[in-house]
Amino acid sequence: MTAYDVEPGDKVHRGDPVTVDRYATGARINHWVTATCLVLLAISGLALFHPRLFFFTELFGGGQNTRAVHPWIGVVLFFSFLGLFVRFWRANLWKREDGTWLARLRDVLTAHEEKLPEVGKYNAGQKAVFWLMSILIVVLICSGLVIWDQYFAGYTTVEQKRLAVLIHALAAIVIICVWIVHVYAAIWVRGTIGAMTRGRVTGGWAWRHHRKWLRELVGGEGSRRTTPAE
Amino acid sequence: MAFNFELPNPPTQNVGTKLGEGDLIRRSASSVPAPARQLTPVAKLIDVSKCIGCKACQSACLEWNDMRAEIGTNVGVYDNPPDLTPSMFTLMRFTEWVNPETQNLEWLIRKDGCMHCADPGCLKACPAPGAIVQYSNGIVDFVHENCIGCGYCVKGCPFNIPRISQVDHKAYKCTLCSDRVAVGQGPACAKACPTHAIVFGTKEEMTRHAAGRIEDLKSRGYANAGLYDPPGVGGTHVMYVLHHADKPEIYADLPRNPRISPIVELWKGVTKYAGLTAMAAFAAVGFLHHMVSGPNRVSPEDEDNAKRLTGSGPP
Repeated sequence: MTAYDVEPGDKVHRGDPVTVDRYATGARINHWVTATCLVLLAISGLALFHPRLFFFTELFGGGQNTRAVHPWIGVVLFFSFLGLFVRFWRANLWKREDGTWLARLRDVLTAHEEKLPEVGKYNAGQKAVFWLMSILIVVLICSGLVIWDQYFAGYTTVEQKRLAVLIHALAAIVIICVWIVHVYAAIWVRGTIGAMTRGRVTGGWAWRHHRKWLRELVGGEGSRRTTPAE
Repeated sequence: MAFNFELPNPPTQNVGTKLGEGDLIRRSASSVPAPARQLTPVAKLIDVSKCIGCKACQSACLEWNDMRAEIGTNVGVYDNPPDLTPSMFTLMRFTEWVNPETQNLEWLIRKDGCMHCADPGCLKACPAPGAIVQYSNGIVDFVHENCIGCGYCVKGCPFNIPRISQVDHKAYKCTLCSDRVAVGQGPACAKACPTHAIVFGTKEEMTRHAAGRIEDLKSRGYANAGLYDPPGVGGTHVMYVLHHADKPEIYADLPRNPRISPIVELWKGVTKYAGLTAMAAFAAVGFLHHMVSGPNRVSPEDEDNAKRLTGSGPP
């Protein structure tokens, strides 16, 4: 049986503690390439967004270089994220329990996991981050191409460029906020970051936060070992 | 004092510069101290009714700014080159217009170029500190060593004037010959104009001179003759006398009521502040949440449950 949200490479290792492989090496490299691009884009973009932050251009070797390199980093991010999208989209499809989980956001934020439905590899918050990132990156690359004057100045009118630059700025603000949520959640929920560094989480982490996924992983091995009470 | 058409000849002694950092009233993406003195606002007046389309202004502009336009191709109109370029700061735009009242063909020739707005959209949009400056005499100038070539000025400009060079990736436009004005000269185009269609002086003189020209035009049948000094951008330091001031768009799409696009105002206004506020708010909420609720840790019971589920340890 292959559950929708069990991804290739996900595997339970018995032991003390139980460990669970969550992200394969390829997925982790893919993630960190994307993450590096996003951070560089945010810094270089903010430098051109607010005069107070213009000094960030020094990190890229001055204003001219910042202006030249920012769109190229965007292209790298687009294709890198495309890789993540292909890997993760299935497991991020919306399920019935996601609505319940989201409706109990108060319990999520107060860490009352016992009141939340069991969720698969990703909870509703992670799925929201995934889909928001996906949509915003498409918006950013499209609006970004319109204002990439070095190569595409001739393809659009000035009025279209004005609209594109506003949309680009707004989408960038939203994606940075989404990114803050993403990073904060990874820090707040202890034991999460290991999933993206070493590729593993503990069984307890999976039990606490993604119990349905853990059950699927265990069940998928053939013999279900759950106690009858569960 | 009667206005003198003839601009002075170049000085033979060092007269010193009359336009400096201390005369800035606006500087892009940064602020400037209030200038100690207020220079007399200057203006270039282009009398479209007197223009013969000789392009001496274009030649003078190229010569003074030491630029060479590429040899182009004839695109079937008199405009040459067909559009402003990074090395062509001014351009005669020719329009053949049939006056519906008289059925006369009128050849409208408008010298296009930077209007030197009192409220410059390019400067508002510019993200590079000091790449665009405005002097207290009204001249809006690009400072190329600070320009990063992003093209935001193009989006800010209501007249579609700045052009980005594909050679050095910097923005270029008419400087109103700020370097000549700084030593008491007038713009090269005005100096070269054989019919005095282009004249230069204080904005007050130019407005007064335009009034005389408009009166003359009206007496000769151009009932709608008028001055183009659009209030939407706070007035301009390049003004036109138009024989059909009620229809500015017939002059190669001269905008009727130019203003900084509301999209640009939104982008450079509330978005800038609300955006940074939103990011700071998200970060602050995260920080506060962690302070209040502490980390969300996996408990030993969770690990035990996992062991039980996987059958890898004692229950």
